[in-house]
Amino acid sequence: MTRESFVNLALLTALVAVPLWAWVAGEPFTITLATRAVIFALAAVGLNLALGLGGMVSFGHAVFFGLGGYSMGILAHHAQNFLPLYDGLIVIEGTKSMPVIWLVAIVVSALAALLIGLLSLRTSGVYFIMITLAFGQMFYYFAISWRAYGGEDGLSIWVRNDFPGLNTLAPIQFYGLCFALLLAALWLSARIARSSFGLVLNAARQVPGRVETVGLDGQRAKLVAFVISGAITGLAGALFADLNRFVSPTMFSWHMSGELIVFIILGGAARLFGPVAGAVLFVAMEHVLGDLWDHWHILLGALLLVIVLFARGGLIGLLAGKARNHD
Amino acid sequence: MSTILIVEQVLNGLQFGVMLFLMAAGLTLIFGVMGLINLAHGSLYMVGAFVAATVAAATGSFLLALVAAMGAAAMAGALIEMTVIRRLYHTDHLDQVLATFALILIFSEGTRWIFGSFPLYLSRPEALAGSVTLPFGIEYPLYRLALIGAGLAVAVGLWLLIAKTRIGIQIRAGENDREMIAALGVDIRTLYTFVFALGAALAGLAGALVGAIQSVQVGMGEPVLILAFVVIVIGGIGSIKGAFVGALIVGLTDTLGGIFLPELFKLAMEPAAATQVGASLSSMAIYLLMAAVLIWRPTGLFGARTA
Amino acid sequence: MTKPVLEVRGLSKRFGALVVSDGIDLSLRAGEIHAVIGPNGAGKTTLIAEICGGLAPDAGSVHLNGRDVTGLPIRARAKMGLARTFQISALAMEDTVLQNALLGALGAAGRPWRFFRPVLSDRSLRVVAEAALDRVGLSHKAAARTAELSHGERRQLEVAVALTLTPTAFVMDEPMAGLGTEGGARMTALLGTLKHEAPILLVEHDMDAVFALADRISVLAGGRVIASGPPDAIRADAAVREAYLGDEA
Repeated sequence: MTRESFVNLALLTALVAVPLWAWVAGEPFTITLATRAVIFALAAVGLNLALGLGGMVSFGHAVFFGLGGYSMGILAHHAQNFLPLYDGLIVIEGTKSMPVIWLVAIVVSALAALLIGLLSLRTSGVYFIMITLAFGQMFYYFAISWRAYGGEDGLSIWVRNDFPGLNTLAPIQFYGLCFALLLAALWLSARIARSSFGLVLNAARQVPGRVETVGLDGQRAKLVAFVISGAITGLAGALFADLNRFVSPTMFSWHMSGELIVFIILGGAARLFGPVAGAVLFVAMEHVLGDLWDHWHILLGALLLVIVLFARGGLIGLLAGKARNHD
Repeated sequence: MSTILIVEQVLNGLQFGVMLFLMAAGLTLIFGVMGLINLAHGSLYMVGAFVAATVAAATGSFLLALVAAMGAAAMAGALIEMTVIRRLYHTDHLDQVLATFALILIFSEGTRWIFGSFPLYLSRPEALAGSVTLPFGIEYPLYRLALIGAGLAVAVGLWLLIAKTRIGIQIRAGENDREMIAALGVDIRTLYTFVFALGAALAGLAGALVGAIQSVQVGMGEPVLILAFVVIVIGGIGSIKGAFVGALIVGLTDTLGGIFLPELFKLAMEPAAATQVGASLSSMAIYLLMAAVLIWRPTGLFGARTA
Repeated sequence: MTKPVLEVRGLSKRFGALVVSDGIDLSLRAGEIHAVIGPNGAGKTTLIAEICGGLAPDAGSVHLNGRDVTGLPIRARAKMGLARTFQISALAMEDTVLQNALLGALGAAGRPWRFFRPVLSDRSLRVVAEAALDRVGLSHKAAARTAELSHGERRQLEVAVALTLTPTAFVMDEPMAGLGTEGGARMTALLGTLKHEAPILLVEHDMDAVFALADRISVLAGGRVIASGPPDAIRADAAVREAYLGDEA
């Protein structure tokens, strides 16, 4: 076993053991913190497919996080108020069922990622960063101006949505659900990284010219990766909304996009578990430092600077040594 | 809809546009010369506004406040260039984005630490209070008119600096060939610090000028920063001319869209719904414009180089 | 005489006032190495881009196995077996040597859209990739990271990636560049055997290698072919000596 897989295993063990301990000890707040970390991790695992594997520095992934959140918010809002979502030739009702909400969140985010990807991938480098940032802002302002769904105030959902066979109101059960989805996303990422598609994407990041000269379409591979990436982050958004029972335009804000990238870098770029380690570290810092000092973002900024300038491997890099690629 | 309203809104759009230009010019210059994407540019805008508000409150002089804002922003710019930014010129864009995002966190939270969360107010100078009567009997605030004038003056000044002076030649050489300008015997480190400080001073100036018509608060620079990115994408990275044209297009589209789109929809819909749809669409107008430019010309209106 | 595998007719391209291709005619027949030489700025790089796609000529055409490919993108030409190697190695440095070869095999097989199955477990792709590595003498380095290869080994890997396409024709951009005496000799021997599988259009600066290997040589200067023929004729050609070989010959 390499040191990196040892670190990964330790991380997973902690993500199982700590919430279980909190459950036994009757510390629901700790479970909520762990849920928050796991959902952020899921969002960042999604982003990492585009950023780490595909080399697309998307500064607009909050779009998908927000769309997932609003998918949940809008469907549940209609269901709790017994208002049909669409009342015309056919009647579409809202829903409180998580699987349905997740599916909608995934599809909506994937479609948005397809559109944004088609436009943004016409460019690369700095343009790509600025354009994804701008589209993120577009959704942010749109959500603010859309008063039917709360505008700037957002939407509150009274009761957490349902999952067949589970009591989602019990923190540990909802945590289990989120954790299972994170594991599924990690498994999917690992498979993709080793697949034919992953090989093409990996090469398209490193040597775009080569990919074309062996008869492959690197741009299309990037677009597909961007869509999958957006869909996973969208799913995380739906979970995040369910955790807080609240959605607001801040889910679309560019700070959110920035933080998703920060999770990846804190944990270690180009590593499968980097986003997980980063999200856990972030939530821990937010909790511990945030309690000590209102202005802890200064420390976060300083830490980020240190990592970017001096320790590119992130947390896992410090613990596990030199980076190895997915192979 | 009256002519007066239209002229007024066009002037508002121009005013917004020239302020965006002050931001976009610095960003595009820094990218053109050093190849750096600087997210913290909005923080320098904020620094300008806070310093202006503080100095104006202490001395009562608006002019002094402007000078202090530019000076402080330039100094802050030079400081971060020498400590952080300088290490990023040869790294990839992801590192630049992250490091400058970290600077935003530090600047924003630091400002909140020092000044608290309540907005500051910067009042307009006495001499520019009130409004003027333009032809056709249009009443327009003198201060906003002065902003347009100031923005245009800076644009001309920047053009003269780059086209006519020795340092302008060095800047243009730096855009094309770093080694050549080193060979010319120019100290490239000093030049880079100067360019960064210049961009910072322009951002600080914009922050101070706009601070007098909006409230001065933490995070005020970020929406402007992102609009400046839209300007650059439309105008083409590295092109000052592109930044100017792009800024005016974005300023006018944003201002006029907010007024005319709801009116336009009223022709086809009931007023309440039209206002709603129009408002939503106008909030997206400039981004849709950006998307259109991307489809038509991926490197922007004046962008020669591919990114 | 057999029909040419690759044929270029009247290829012209100008950038503003600069004429970079001026009515170039070239052909590549089965089993031969056709070298293109010429001073810097003669238009060799442009010619490669026009042949392989990526740069559209203003006039003229490129034919591969009798089919007009002038308007086709790089990808489509690669799928027809036009295999190019790069002057500056274009390899995925973070990946292993085998992965680089697999990328070519994947392109040739035309099935990149598999998301779950590990590419390393695809036997048919591995067979192609490993055979290509074996062919260039890199089998023992298959598991090494490409960044760890020597310069000469990277040049060999470039050729291996091209080989995975089961080429109908090779277009090689200075495969000898930067190779020492020993590496150059190895590459020369390799190209000498490869040409029987698919003919090679060889753009090269190394005159010793060109005159040792080429069946035909065309000399490019100012975007035009100023001489074309067997090595001995080129060596003797006065125009060539004046325009290019000059003091070297």
